[in-house]
Amino acid sequence: MKYIDEFQDPELARRLLDDIHATVTRPWALMEVCGGQTHTIIRHGIDQLLPDLVELIHGPGCPVCVTPLEVIDKALEIASRPNVIFCSFGDMLRVPGTGRDLFQVRSEGGDVRVVYSPLDALKIAQQNPQREVVFFGIGFETTAPPNAMTVHQARKLGIRNFSLLVSHVRVPPAIEAIMRSPSCRVQGFLAAGHVCSVMGTGEYPALAERHRVPIVVTGFEPLDILEGVRRAVHQLERGEHTVDNAYARAVRPEGNPAALAMLEDVFEVTDRAWRGIGVIPDSGWRLSERYREYDAEHRFSVTGITTLEPAECRSGEVLQGLLKPHECEAFGTLCTPRNPLGATMVSSEGACAAYYLYRRLELTPAPQPGTVAPLEASPVA
Amino acid sequence: MPDTALDITGWTCPAPLRDRPRVVMGHGGGGALSAELVEHLFAPAFGGEVLSRLGDSAAVTLGGARLAFSTDSYVVRPLFFPGGSIGDLAVNGTVNDLAMSGARAAYLSCGFILEEGVEISIVARVAEALGAAARAAGVEVATGDTKVVEAGHGDGVYINTSGIGLIPEGVDLRPQRVVPGDVVIVSGEIGLHGVAIMSVREGMEFGVDVESDCAALGGLVAAMLAVTPDLHVLRDPTRGGLAASLNEIAAASGAGVVIQEGRIPVPPAVANACAILGLDPLYVANEGKLVAFVPREHADAVLDAMRAHPLGRHARVIGEAVEAHPGLVVARTGLGGTRVVDLPIGEQLPRIC
Amino acid sequence: MCLAVPGRVLDIGEKDGTRMATVDFGGVQKEVCLEYLPDLQVGEYAIVHVGFALQRLDEESAKQTLELFAQLGMLQEEFGDPWEQAAQASGDWPFGDSPVGDAAQEEARQ
Repeated sequence: MKYIDEFQDPELARRLLDDIHATVTRPWALMEVCGGQTHTIIRHGIDQLLPDLVELIHGPGCPVCVTPLEVIDKALEIASRPNVIFCSFGDMLRVPGTGRDLFQVRSEGGDVRVVYSPLDALKIAQQNPQREVVFFGIGFETTAPPNAMTVHQARKLGIRNFSLLVSHVRVPPAIEAIMRSPSCRVQGFLAAGHVCSVMGTGEYPALAERHRVPIVVTGFEPLDILEGVRRAVHQLERGEHTVDNAYARAVRPEGNPAALAMLEDVFEVTDRAWRGIGVIPDSGWRLSERYREYDAEHRFSVTGITTLEPAECRSGEVLQGLLKPHECEAFGTLCTPRNPLGATMVSSEGACAAYYLYRRLELTPAPQPGTVAPLEASPVA
Repeated sequence: MPDTALDITGWTCPAPLRDRPRVVMGHGGGGALSAELVEHLFAPAFGGEVLSRLGDSAAVTLGGARLAFSTDSYVVRPLFFPGGSIGDLAVNGTVNDLAMSGARAAYLSCGFILEEGVEISIVARVAEALGAAARAAGVEVATGDTKVVEAGHGDGVYINTSGIGLIPEGVDLRPQRVVPGDVVIVSGEIGLHGVAIMSVREGMEFGVDVESDCAALGGLVAAMLAVTPDLHVLRDPTRGGLAASLNEIAAASGAGVVIQEGRIPVPPAVANACAILGLDPLYVANEGKLVAFVPREHADAVLDAMRAHPLGRHARVIGEAVEAHPGLVVARTGLGGTRVVDLPIGEQLPRIC
Repeated sequence: MCLAVPGRVLDIGEKDGTRMATVDFGGVQKEVCLEYLPDLQVGEYAIVHVGFALQRLDEESAKQTLELFAQLGMLQEEFGDPWEQAAQASGDWPFGDSPVGDAAQEEARQ
């Protein structure tokens, strides 16, 4: 596919890696904010190819992982009601609430459907006027505009049996929270490219300046990740801390004005709890007053459901880079993708799941220039 | 910006469910949940030495003859899809299970479970497809059964088929025979069936010029066995895809498996459909492919024989069995890194992130 | 977050008063909402997320980025790139079938 294949080229990847290897002189800890970037890194083994001095910390940018338990419990309650068709992106079905997940609701008779787009849920509402159709509106700034447009359409078309269970989250307040944590080790950020495709880059200079960290807007293909790392390392080695756009083909400084206007109309900023992390001020969106009647929490009176998150797993430490997934004592034993202890293990984008799936063993040393491991000689760590 | 300092050292996360009190879709997904159900519920309840080997088909000796015996149920939705129908699947799926024992299918049984209200013309189309597929595979439907369930209790048509066939002299295909050094060959392009089905599934619809690869593999297997009866194991990577088959073989054989990601034949349309939905082609179902573990000295000749057969034209060596990391499947990525290819958990879900 | 894929607009129409397009992703077509990129034209590429075109892809930027990458190794090349040598040494494939990225697959990717 154009704009993907070229950005996976092994020859160009080697050139980028060479440059990073030649540039780095000191240890640096970078955080890739987005779960999609974590996925690319692990899926292609990129972290094995980087110099040992460059450490990638997997950030909290997986919307499935950070959706708070309380909201999942509300989703389970709504989806269990007769006459409700509960629509969701596929990967939310596996995320456990208190005692069960959406798969289980389905096995108990609930009508839970996987859709590709929120517009598909709206279509289901049009086709089933006697039923209440609820869409689980989760995600970061990239997913918020599609969900906003869908509610807007529902109102425009007078589709009254549609509502949205909203748990949107915003990246900049999370970066702010991470940098303010006393234990923070992050020295540079690879910002999430597709979030910036919508939001632009205007929110970042103040953050970079305040915390003296380079922020490199980074894409999702292997070469994009390497270029993000390369630019961050160059800045760090030079003692700089600016906002740099390494994903210019898809990110304009001003973002997408039409999407921003729609977000402004449909949503309003609110405090939001992040699963495994806690409440981060101003880090979420909820439906604005104008669209309150489309808010599933109100329509189904589940605002009273509150759930405290029991302390059982160390995903918080993973999310802030204090702990690598495999350093957790539960990793791969008590805690696996099938029986996840924590949010980071739940989604395939979560740091722990990515490690479990792709890096459970340090199977082979990264190929160093000049040395070649034969296929047969893959030592187990 | 918030001005309260947030201490994130105490970040915690909840402990979710451990056991499932009810059957979920994943139990039929061909992954870890399916395996658990069979190993911990069915196998202990049934007992029996043959079943405990848990192959796609059982090898049994009866009256001096070595027979392969297998059963499979077909619940695919929709009933007709690009490249085939539930009728084709019901023949080819069971024929292929037998072929993975090296057997040429001889007879099938066929049980139809029909939903009240389904149009007779639809049942007829399914039956026609099933008959044609049986003739193409050279197998005879020898016995059958029909039941009807009340409207709302089925999806139109479900089919169960069982099959038997003779295992040729000197053929012994099972994962326990895999040894380090064995060459892993896949018979062609992967992911076609799964993508064809997804493209017409409600809520997922997309346009794609991909048809199911649904086909009977008995002839291809016979051509391979003509080179040497000493193949070690064959699997048809259906539900759970190539990843599930390789993991089953690795786990049962105790060998490690290394595959070269760049060598796996993935058609661009399959790769791109997976890219949109966030799926991995290694986990997508096939219905007319096999993966073979072949002794190294026979690899070239077997590969040639496969490529001379219409269903093996795009056969490729994708990796090998190794002594390292026993029981694990590892992929070398195009950039030179490695990753573990795990057993899928349940059904594959499109992801957004 | 945010699995978003570049696709090319094949045709543009309207549904329920909404600007919709058929978008091709390398042989896979989906219906995509264009409300956030109202001036996107047939033949142009955009980043698509959950059925919405969110940002136009800029061909010139992509070209520049790739050219920059290509220039990075120029200095090493004069002395011989150690990665290059490593790749060549590991390129041996001991079996009788064609090497990685054979002509058929390359062709199919076009």
